[in-house]
Amino acid sequence: MNTKTPSRLEKILASGHLAVTSECGPPRGSDGEVITKKAEMIKDYVDAINITDNQTSVTRLCSLAACIRLKLMGLEPILQMVTRDRNRIALQSDILGAASFDIFNILCLSGDHQQFGDCPQGQNVFDIDSIQLIQTVRHMRDEGKFLGGDDIARPPRMFVGAAANPFADPFEIRVRRLAKKVAAGVEFIQTQCIYNLEKFELYMKQAQERGLHEKVSILAGVTPFKSAGMAKYMKNRVPGMDVPDEVVARMSGVPKEKQPEEGINICVESIQRLKEVEGVRGFHIMAIEWEEMVPEIVKRAGLYPRPKVE
Amino acid sequence: MIVAERKPIEEIIGFVQNCKKILIVGCNECVTVCYAGGKKEVGILASALTMAFMKEGKELEIKEVTLERQCDPEYLEELRGFIDEYEAVISLACGAGVQFLAEKYLETPVFPGVNTLFMGVTEERGVWSERCQGCGQCILGQTAGICPISRCAKRLLNGPCGGSTKGKCEINPELDCAWQLIIERLKKLERLDDYETLIPIKDWSTERAGGPRKLVREDLQQ
Repeated sequence: MNTKTPSRLEKILASGHLAVTSECGPPRGSDGEVITKKAEMIKDYVDAINITDNQTSVTRLCSLAACIRLKLMGLEPILQMVTRDRNRIALQSDILGAASFDIFNILCLSGDHQQFGDCPQGQNVFDIDSIQLIQTVRHMRDEGKFLGGDDIARPPRMFVGAAANPFADPFEIRVRRLAKKVAAGVEFIQTQCIYNLEKFELYMKQAQERGLHEKVSILAGVTPFKSAGMAKYMKNRVPGMDVPDEVVARMSGVPKEKQPEEGINICVESIQRLKEVEGVRGFHIMAIEWEEMVPEIVKRAGLYPRPKVE
Repeated sequence: MIVAERKPIEEIIGFVQNCKKILIVGCNECVTVCYAGGKKEVGILASALTMAFMKEGKELEIKEVTLERQCDPEYLEELRGFIDEYEAVISLACGAGVQFLAEKYLETPVFPGVNTLFMGVTEERGVWSERCQGCGQCILGQTAGICPISRCAKRLLNGPCGGSTKGKCEINPELDCAWQLIIERLKKLERLDDYETLIPIKDWSTERAGGPRKLVREDLQQ
């Protein structure tokens, strides 16, 4: 098995298993128990857990501290890191801080614009973009050097990931953008929530034609709807989200008390269909403030038990 | 050009409420073109202030002057002969002009009459938009002539981000996604493959990040 880091996620992918990741959003306060409780619910059903980094630009407990909590529980965190809030000094510094706790996975993101959050009057940084953050981590890991050129004592050993949105516009460059991330050195991808399966299959076909699916491990992103209202909100209000009318209709077509169950059904069916797509190497289950459903989704999708790797 | 808009009249009144004699100085360059601080706007502001003072039973003597430029010392010299007669100056130039005037006349209070917004273009009558942030190292040659630093809300150099929807930016449905524009233009130029060239980490030291900037051309200095 040829791996470059001690990451469990990398090992699972390298050994040919379908990987399963999920995520926990840190609390809007300093109670670290919130993270550990969420992680307890899902830990036996996933290989690694993303910790979001002030998602939607709403200020929360920091991703790094939450990742350290997971690490101390013996779990495998994926440190999400956005370039919105930190310049290259702070990014490199936080990468080293994470590496000092042997956090072995990072997800490189640009981050939602601060306008969506609780500090719309704040500055943003964007010293570098998400693709350049991929290059930065690879440089630090593989060359053992800072961006400034100096040697790093004990370089970070991180499996490098990024997000991809197959559904944002313009569609025709979505695979080209994936190719850019691959060229920058990304090793795994977690996609935006997939509801439009046909469009995703087209995206994957284009990725296959360029051989990208062999160069990067693509984890298909899924999010169960809790209600028809959520489906409508995601369709109409969340930028870059593609929720087909028939999915909204299916959620609306069942009584309110049955809608959570229907949301889980759709999610499980999506995973089953996505398993057949060449190049899909695993799943990223984003059960937003609904982490307790992750075990059921994983079990019903035939992804349980999780493989053991050394 | 530099695009500006007049400050709210209440704010301007606040600057000079205790004055009896003020000077309003317009600028014949950018702020004239964007109808914020030219000769006409100097007149409008003078009338508005006169009326506001009259309402409160106060008198305000106002002299109106519009200089060719406020960012050039030779034109600012034109104020030398009479500026001392006034208690305050309201400059309707951009922030550069206001400061340069203040620098040249240290003993007279100078207040800004406009908010300076951006370097941009006149899209159509009454509509201006940003095009440049003066980063000091132009990358337009790599981005099909469309600037992602000034026109992408995240100034992404390898965009577009996942929030680009139907050609519009996630922060405002009225705002074009700069990367959508870049991609459309690359297609027209039959250079879409250029999109895949990675734009490296930018040196921001020539931008604001490097501290206040200065250009010296020794060949032009006497």
